[in-house]
Amino acid sequence: MVPTGYYLVLAAVIFGIGALGVLVRRNALIIFMCIEMMMNAVNLTLVALARHFGTLDGQVFVFLVMAIAAAEVAIGLGIVVGLVRHRDTTNVDRINLLRW
Amino acid sequence: MIVEYAWLLLAFPVLGLTLNLIFGARWGKKTTGIVASGAVLGSFLVALGLFLHLNGLPEEERTIEQVLWSWITIDQFHVDIGLLIDPLSVFMALVVTGVGFLIHVYSMGYMWAPHEKGEEEAMGDIPRFVRYFVYLNLFILMMLTLVMANDFVQMFIGWEGVGLASYLLIGFWFFKPSAADAGKKAFLVNRVGDVGFILAMLFIFRLSGRLNFLDLFRPENVQALQVGATTIGLLLLLAATGKSAQIPLYVWLPDAMEGPTPVSALIHAATMVTAGVYMIARTSPLYALTPTAMTWVATIGALTAFFAATIALAQTDLKRILAYSTISQLGYMFLGVGTGAYVAGIFHLYTHAFFKALLFLGAGSVMHALHGELDIRKMGGLKEKLPTTYKTFLVGAAALAGFPLLSGFFSKDEILLAAWQRSPILWLIGIVTAFMTATYSFRAVFVPFWGKPRNHKLYEHAHESPPVMTVPLIILAIGAAFGGVIGLPKASWLHHWLMPVFEHVMHESEPGALMWGLMTVSALVALGGIYFAYELFVVNPDRVLRIRRALGPVDTLVQHRYYVDELYMTLVVNPLKALADWLAYVFDQRGIDGLVNGVAWVTGWIGQQVRRVQTGRVGTYAFTLFVGVVILVVYFVLVGG
Repeated sequence: MVPTGYYLVLAAVIFGIGALGVLVRRNALIIFMCIEMMMNAVNLTLVALARHFGTLDGQVFVFLVMAIAAAEVAIGLGIVVGLVRHRDTTNVDRINLLRW
Repeated sequence: MIVEYAWLLLAFPVLGLTLNLIFGARWGKKTTGIVASGAVLGSFLVALGLFLHLNGLPEEERTIEQVLWSWITIDQFHVDIGLLIDPLSVFMALVVTGVGFLIHVYSMGYMWAPHEKGEEEAMGDIPRFVRYFVYLNLFILMMLTLVMANDFVQMFIGWEGVGLASYLLIGFWFFKPSAADAGKKAFLVNRVGDVGFILAMLFIFRLSGRLNFLDLFRPENVQALQVGATTIGLLLLLAATGKSAQIPLYVWLPDAMEGPTPVSALIHAATMVTAGVYMIARTSPLYALTPTAMTWVATIGALTAFFAATIALAQTDLKRILAYSTISQLGYMFLGVGTGAYVAGIFHLYTHAFFKALLFLGAGSVMHALHGELDIRKMGGLKEKLPTTYKTFLVGAAALAGFPLLSGFFSKDEILLAAWQRSPILWLIGIVTAFMTATYSFRAVFVPFWGKPRNHKLYEHAHESPPVMTVPLIILAIGAAFGGVIGLPKASWLHHWLMPVFEHVMHESEPGALMWGLMTVSALVALGGIYFAYELFVVNPDRVLRIRRALGPVDTLVQHRYYVDELYMTLVVNPLKALADWLAYVFDQRGIDGLVNGVAWVTGWIGQQVRRVQTGRVGTYAFTLFVGVVILVVYFVLVGG
């Protein structure tokens, strides 16, 4: 058996990479993909801990997370498309009209 | 029963001034004058009624307090608005309303036509005329409040009120800078004295818990003031020097001549300036406790009398001569009350009211004839042109000089007698001043009225004044001549009348031979002064120049009124102005405004800095969120929920 810890560490690393990506990357679509990555990392954590404790709670929660992720992507991409149409760029640094 | 109507004494002037204020412009000048004069006449009749009532009562009962209503009650501090009806206050009320009435009538004639350049344009004819009479009635109201007051607080209300009326009337022709300045000066100098009054009141209350006259001056209560009696006496003296124009606060009175002449007659000769003397007389039980303060009163009086008389000798403006004369004569009154001769002081107050008002109104008559000219060097030979004015003026001057058997002679002599009994030095100052008084009085008679006219154009146009002005002159002249009859030595009705007020503080003295001796000296001095004036101003005017040259620097000093005004300017006015300028421009504009504006500026600056958080960039916001989460996680891991 692979020790549960390994899965948790992996999930943490994936989460970290995702968070870093959200903060650093400029392309809106890439940021979205990183957000998805973070959510997947969370899923992995949930499943690993579910197997560790022998319950099904974690597994069920994963389904909910995936549903929400899908819905969120649908709306988010809609916003991105509208934004790109308006500003002709996917570079989030250029979306700064609400500044001082 | 008249006592129930005593409040009418104050109500009539209120009615007069209110009616005139509202309807005056509509009524026109004649009705306004009649209403105002009628109001004062009404007060006079009430005062007369009170007098007759008191006269009918036995002596011990001649003190009545008529409380009108209760004003302030805070724990032990209780002040009523009321009238103190006793021989002294009723006598004063008669003088104030009697002379006041005559001056109101005279004013109708004097103020009829616009006087000063710019008056017509500044305000229009009728509204100014009405305003004048409103102010005059206001003055009478305030003076009566002062005189009939039953406690210190009410007296102070009247005290301040007459100061206000004085300011309004001195600066009546406000478009003249000199008049506006004079009004301000009068009010401010008076204010200095008022500090004395207020502090005295505080001390009195602190020591005794009472401010009501009848209450406080009971022998068992007044003792409480013994500890602070001298301080209180001196503080009240300070107040009196302001109101009654003595050293050091007399400087406003000569400037006050900028006001209309009837105002000078009423306020600055007959009534307001006597308030200080009255106040000292009223508080005589307090002064009885402090011989030190009384000595101060007498000394300041004597010195002021002397000092002012020297200045009067050198003045060329007819009204200024009379102004310094008033200061000098008030000094005599102070000398009287300061030596304990309260009746003598009040007697002189009464005779002075007559002859000084007469002299001022006479001067007004001369001004009326000469279109406002006041310089006696431009006058001359007016006795043929203005016979009634001349004759009444002559009577006034003679009374002032102390010509034997006229009113001024008796009152001045009574004061001099008391002065001698206190200290021959005081008497000496007084008698020398009397000589100068006689001289300057008759200078004011001889130079304008005798001899040849010095300015023919003015002389040509001169005409006698209308009866509305000359009749009051005649009435006052009768008073100035025969008024002394109420205070004849050995048979003084006034002495008898005022005794109930002063019996605890005055001692009857039987002067005998001394009195006749001093009286003879006074008579000789008065006649001598008149003769001296005759020699100097009629026989050989060059003598004046010779004397002045001989006096050299003394002459310059007196001509410039001892440079007192200049001294006050450097010592007091200019430093205060500098302080005011500093406070206004540096402390207020730069300091306080800077502080307030600074707060606003700092707030703005903070805003400027904080706004930078709004970058508009999603990335920044995401990063902030991230940092916040990290902090929270660390916190919960380390410290625990």
